[in-house]
Amino acid sequence: MSPLIYILQKEFKQIFRNPAILKVIFIMPVIQLIILPLAADYEIKNINIAILDRDHSATSSKLVNKITSSNYFKLVSYGANYNQAMEKIENDKADLILELPRNFEADLYKHKETKILLAVNAINGVKANIGAVYLNTIIQTYNNEFRNTIITPSRFNEIPLIEISTANWYNAKMNYKIFMVPGILVLLITMIALNLSSINIVREKELGTIEQINVTPIKKYHFLLGKLIPFWIIGMIVITIGLFIAWLVYGIIPLGAYVTIYVFAAVYLLVILGIGLLISTYAENQQQSMLVSFFLLMIFILMGGLYTSIDSMPLWAQWITKLNPVAYFIEVMRRVVLKGSGLADIQKPLYIMLGFAVVINYWAVLSYKKRS
Amino acid sequence: MRFFYILLEKRKDQNNMKQFYNFIIKEFYHIFRDRKTLIILLGMPMAQIIIFGFALTNEVKNAQITIVNQSNSHSSIKLVQKIESSKYFEVYNQTTKTDDIEKMFKKGTIKLALVIPSDFDNTIIAQNKAQLQIIADATDPNLATTVTNYLSIIINDFQNDINQNKTIPYKIVVETRMLYNPQLKGAYNFVPGVMAMVLLLVCTMMTSLTVVKEKELGNMEILLASPVNPLIIIFAKAVPYLLLSIVNIITILLLSYFVLGVPINGSLTLLFAVSILFILVSLSLGLLISTLTDTQQSAMFISLIVMFLPTVMFSGFIFPIENMPIPMQIISNIIPAKWFYIIVKSVMIKGGGITLIWKEVLVLLFMMTFLFSVAIKKFKIRLS
Repeated sequence: MSPLIYILQKEFKQIFRNPAILKVIFIMPVIQLIILPLAADYEIKNINIAILDRDHSATSSKLVNKITSSNYFKLVSYGANYNQAMEKIENDKADLILELPRNFEADLYKHKETKILLAVNAINGVKANIGAVYLNTIIQTYNNEFRNTIITPSRFNEIPLIEISTANWYNAKMNYKIFMVPGILVLLITMIALNLSSINIVREKELGTIEQINVTPIKKYHFLLGKLIPFWIIGMIVITIGLFIAWLVYGIIPLGAYVTIYVFAAVYLLVILGIGLLISTYAENQQQSMLVSFFLLMIFILMGGLYTSIDSMPLWAQWITKLNPVAYFIEVMRRVVLKGSGLADIQKPLYIMLGFAVVINYWAVLSYKKRS
Repeated sequence: MRFFYILLEKRKDQNNMKQFYNFIIKEFYHIFRDRKTLIILLGMPMAQIIIFGFALTNEVKNAQITIVNQSNSHSSIKLVQKIESSKYFEVYNQTTKTDDIEKMFKKGTIKLALVIPSDFDNTIIAQNKAQLQIIADATDPNLATTVTNYLSIIINDFQNDINQNKTIPYKIVVETRMLYNPQLKGAYNFVPGVMAMVLLLVCTMMTSLTVVKEKELGNMEILLASPVNPLIIIFAKAVPYLLLSIVNIITILLLSYFVLGVPINGSLTLLFAVSILFILVSLSLGLLISTLTDTQQSAMFISLIVMFLPTVMFSGFIFPIENMPIPMQIISNIIPAKWFYIIVKSVMIKGGGITLIWKEVLVLLFMMTFLFSVAIKKFKIRLS
């Protein structure tokens, strides 16, 4: 084992020699972990609405009042000019236009039915949908109130009405941070680990120092282990810092055990570092290895299930996510932190990660041997 | 005498131009010699735009739902059929015990549960009133809200089906029109976002790397000792990447138009011009990073690890910026991708012209000038 110790010494010295990198590794995750979750609120509120009131009747102004007094909508324009309202939508100042036609009140009394028009900026489809649903709910409530002022309500409903009550389990307050912080931590660790390892061997190639190592009696796996172990330790330290920040700043304490997270993280890091080493053995220069790891990172991160749901992806994309280690770790984090799952509950993803780790690292050792 | 002077000046200019030209040729040789890098550089944006264009969507499809059907009556069966036939939900199973829900949530197999109480049918017929409960797995609050909303819409529809034959007096009917994206496609939102991200990160990373590489390998010393103006060296490094990025824009636009079906409603020339401006911003940022770092590794750490997540989160294509707290909204202003995302959305999808986007264009112009002048100022002619 003695050659391994010397290699480890060399690697650690090299890491500590570059303070710029050290700063990025240890300080950047802290800053990003504190700031980014604040930006990750997806709850739809502050929907900007432009109202075109062509009627100017008592009924229409009551409806407008009802809408603006709800917490969801912000009135950005009120008037009778269509172009002005449209301009608001074009400039992204408004998300919805509600148009109350000229005979709004008269029709309601005379024909017992009236029409209003709703135009939604639907570039972000989900936001559009939810905004429209909220507005419809408010209008329906107003409609019922209005009806009740004219006809005395009977003891039973005139028509069947279904009341829906909702419950949100595991996160009743719908707190985004408890969901985003562990997820962002996973992304940060992944980026750091992959970048550190993917660039390392190829750098020795580029500088020519790898030839010197190849002529020494150091065994190949010693060399690769010497590269793996320091980065693995750094990764585990970053996770610890991250979990500490999650507790200190956001008060997040996993419902499950910390041990579960660490066990999974230990295996997970082996997978990510293995992928990095693999890239490193195939790449000819640092540019290549950086581009490839950038490509992989982007796919890993955007298809990891943190930003958009994996279930809504097309089937072929869901198969890609089965090969995505980030997706597994985010899922495990979510279960341990929010649902309190233990080691027994996460057996399956853990074994899958172990399989990944063995295959990828074995592959890395093989391909490295061939090329030296 | 004066004439001679002018001639001399002109010759110097020509000399400079020639040097510049030669250096660009040299950089192109570097790029073309490294086939693998070139293939990745041109192929990667294509793969990403296709994968993300199809795979990323906020819409929820086929969410697994379990139905705790304690009623098992005519009405409840009809309701279940209605849920089954929607594209949003897939009924995972039906049970009668509420205890099963917890188990399935823990395993992560279902996203939500609908509880139909045993008196559902009776109350709806006898009292015109019924109650239903939706239980959502809120570990992902975003998803929970969305699926709960979808299910509520379906239940409302179901209620309207029952009421079909009865007319309700004093009714306000809402007619909804979806502007710009009537089919509510995710690609309309994500293609401009991914375009901004890919262009920004690739350009920044590649320019910063290529300059720093010369430093790391020691070539910079040779170049600086030569009589060539150091700025020419730096410009010449940026030009090939500008051209490569233009090729990338063309492929991205072709793919998103023909493969993903995203329209280009505005002027193509304008879109193109603004994209080039955005590339220049990214190149300037890359140059700035290269002046601040000494190794390719540090350059990469800054251009990727430091920039990646902020770009994703603050550009506004995943998390709407107006939802963020005010300090975060202010921070988002320094992310170039945010402005480009707004521009691309306005031009491609809303079909807007320069009058709609002049503010954003000015911001990008300012960013480019600022980054570029700082990069020039920081560029050291001597090595330590």
